[in-house]
Amino acid sequence: MKKLEQKSRILIVDDTEINRSLLADMLSADYEILEAADGVEAVALLSAQHGSISLVLLDVVMPNMGGFEVLEIMGRSGWLHNTPVITISAETSSSYIDHAYDLGATDYISRPFDEKTVQRRVHNTIMLYTKQKSLERMVTEQIVEKERSSFIMVEVLSNIVEFRNGESGLHVLHIRAVTDLLLRRLAEKTDRYNLSPAQIMLITNASALHDIGKISIPEEILNKPGRLTAAEFEVMKTHAAIGAQILENAPGAASEPLLLLARDICRWHHERYDGRGYPDGLAGEQIPIAAQVVALADVYDALTNERIYKPAYTHEQALRMIFAGECGAFNPLLLDCLTDVGDRISKQTAARTYGGLSSVELGNIASELMHDNELHASTRTLTLLDQERTKYHFFASMSQEVQFEYNVHADLLEFSEWGAKHLDIPELLPHPLHSDELHQVFVDGDDARFFALLQQTTPDAPTVSDTFCLRVQGMPRWFKLVARTLWDGEDDSAYATAIGKFVDIHEERLELAHLKQQAALDPLTTLYNRVAARAAIEDKISVPGSRRYAMMLFDVDYFKNANDRFGHLFGDEVLQYVAQRMRTNIRQGDIAARVGGDEFLIFAEYTNNLEAQISRIFRALTVRFHEFPISLSMGVSLCPHDGADYETLFHCADQALYAAKRGGRGRHVLYAPSIQGFLSVLSPMDN
Amino acid sequence: MTTEACYRAMGADYSEVIRRFATEERVRRFLVKVPDDPNYRTLAGALEAQDFETAFRAAHSLKGVCLNLGLGRLAESSAALTEALRSGAPSPDYAALFERLRQDYERTIESIGALDPA
Repeated sequence: MKKLEQKSRILIVDDTEINRSLLADMLSADYEILEAADGVEAVALLSAQHGSISLVLLDVVMPNMGGFEVLEIMGRSGWLHNTPVITISAETSSSYIDHAYDLGATDYISRPFDEKTVQRRVHNTIMLYTKQKSLERMVTEQIVEKERSSFIMVEVLSNIVEFRNGESGLHVLHIRAVTDLLLRRLAEKTDRYNLSPAQIMLITNASALHDIGKISIPEEILNKPGRLTAAEFEVMKTHAAIGAQILENAPGAASEPLLLLARDICRWHHERYDGRGYPDGLAGEQIPIAAQVVALADVYDALTNERIYKPAYTHEQALRMIFAGECGAFNPLLLDCLTDVGDRISKQTAARTYGGLSSVELGNIASELMHDNELHASTRTLTLLDQERTKYHFFASMSQEVQFEYNVHADLLEFSEWGAKHLDIPELLPHPLHSDELHQVFVDGDDARFFALLQQTTPDAPTVSDTFCLRVQGMPRWFKLVARTLWDGEDDSAYATAIGKFVDIHEERLELAHLKQQAALDPLTTLYNRVAARAAIEDKISVPGSRRYAMMLFDVDYFKNANDRFGHLFGDEVLQYVAQRMRTNIRQGDIAARVGGDEFLIFAEYTNNLEAQISRIFRALTVRFHEFPISLSMGVSLCPHDGADYETLFHCADQALYAAKRGGRGRHVLYAPSIQGFLSVLSPMDN
Repeated sequence: MTTEACYRAMGADYSEVIRRFATEERVRRFLVKVPDDPNYRTLAGALEAQDFETAFRAAHSLKGVCLNLGLGRLAESSAALTEALRSGAPSPDYAALFERLRQDYERTIESIGALDPA
């Protein structure tokens, strides 16, 4: 039975339909064809599926985004590593062709093309890339396998020592972790030591062997609780030189970088930067950097773990002791590194448990290799990635949310299908920071704030959330943004991708505003209630400047009579009528409130004719309502003349109101200090 | 008329296109799509609106289609107009070049319309 082979997929990018279908016609027997009508569509397809696309046939001159720009984005995004591009154009000038090659195109086909040429070039290019990919995969696997073997050997050897030493084996893992962190930080700080990722990995591996010489130290000295005598210490000190000797005698020692490094580390990990260490008394940079780093890692780990002769100190205690010079003398630059990575050290060493080769370490080896040898993610990984994307799009299509993904390298903002339709913008926006279409969606050009928010994120705090006003069919609506940024490996300087969504919260927000307003109003008169009036007044007087205000506090004379004679319903109508008269006789910006049963307040700005203004309002309110002649007693205080805060103003107005009542009602009285001392009508201050 | 006669009528080389396309059926199948290709109309509209960037792209795409299908005369006149429009500021003779292209285009469309039914 013939095995069904999966067809390779080819993406044809051309703005002219005839050209696309002609190419598709020539290739569809052997390949699965995807089509894109311009550069933007192509980048979108590639962004989602580049792992499963074997080749791109790319036209150069297209609207929206041309072929050269597509090539640039593919190069920047790393897609060209796995997906070759053949450009097709009617252009035959060599500068055009050269430019395509410079940008990373594999081949160039000029129009008019014939079937055989197209088929052969496509076939050859795909074969070449497939072979290269499988070779890369083989090499990666072999290297990882080799590293794993030597890693295991190192582990076994060092654990023999630990076992004899009565230690758990954790020491080796800790030394490795601390050495690794220190070296990485050191490499960031200086070029002096030529610390490539490969070299760091090698030193880290070799560090595990630092105490191998202890195999020759007698048991009773090695595991003696308490202090060693001078003679015993001399014996103990020999482990450095003996360890070096063991490694020098190993086969291939002279040429194997790992063994050479391990030898240096064994011999010199007890040297001191000030030259007072052993066995050779080397000083400063005479001590190889590998040994310097392991020495520091060794001291740190000895301090932070329990030993037969000492308890475990905390991370902070250990650092203090090291910096105080209690445990040796170190390169100041290394001490800086220790300070820089301090937190991560205590976390990492705490997280490590003994179990031989941890997946973290294997992952490190693999990623170093990838990085170092420009090997790339396997096809399987990319397939898995594609599946994730399919899932994501499925869920996105079901939720009524504006979801987006912003790819920084490609500088491309992609909206979910529903989201793009909802906001009436394209699903794909190249260069969104300069996009007019996006700018129009954000009310008041708030898109700048959107990108600024994303920019504020860090790998430790990648999530942001805020409220934005977006246009939907021309009408502004409130949305809540929730987004998070994704970061590339160890690059902390800028995020690689941002994902997130805008959720429509317009109705909730209106409802909330409505509820807030309701809570601020007196239900009977729909004037402000006392609490809201106070807030509004304080708002006004807190504005610096020379504005003057009058606070008019009044109540309805004989209101109780109205209630008694005509009933409560009538009483309510009187209050509503007063409220209505207040509303129509104050200016916009003035504040009208009901502050008690039949007590009201007006807070109004005045300029020169204060007396006239108060009289006008007073007259406008003292009118007849059906059979009931409305009469008022009013007290007035002035801001800032009588006071510059609400409490004082209210107190003064209240005093003046009381004076008005005592004067026979039906009048208004301006506060003066001489009336101070009357009993209060309303003010809480005097009670 | 036959596909071969149609190419003759358009001022184009049938033997060249059949070499590249392998079968007459395929040549014919793509040839009848030419009247639906929007590039000519885009070009004419863009020139009228003095939008020379769009005009250049449309002329360029039309040239590509013509080269692919071996439409000799029209390929030549669209290539000439493409070059006239390339720099962004059109050369003075672009109107004359477009007039030539228009005549070639009409002749091409007419000839395709006169193809024998398949």
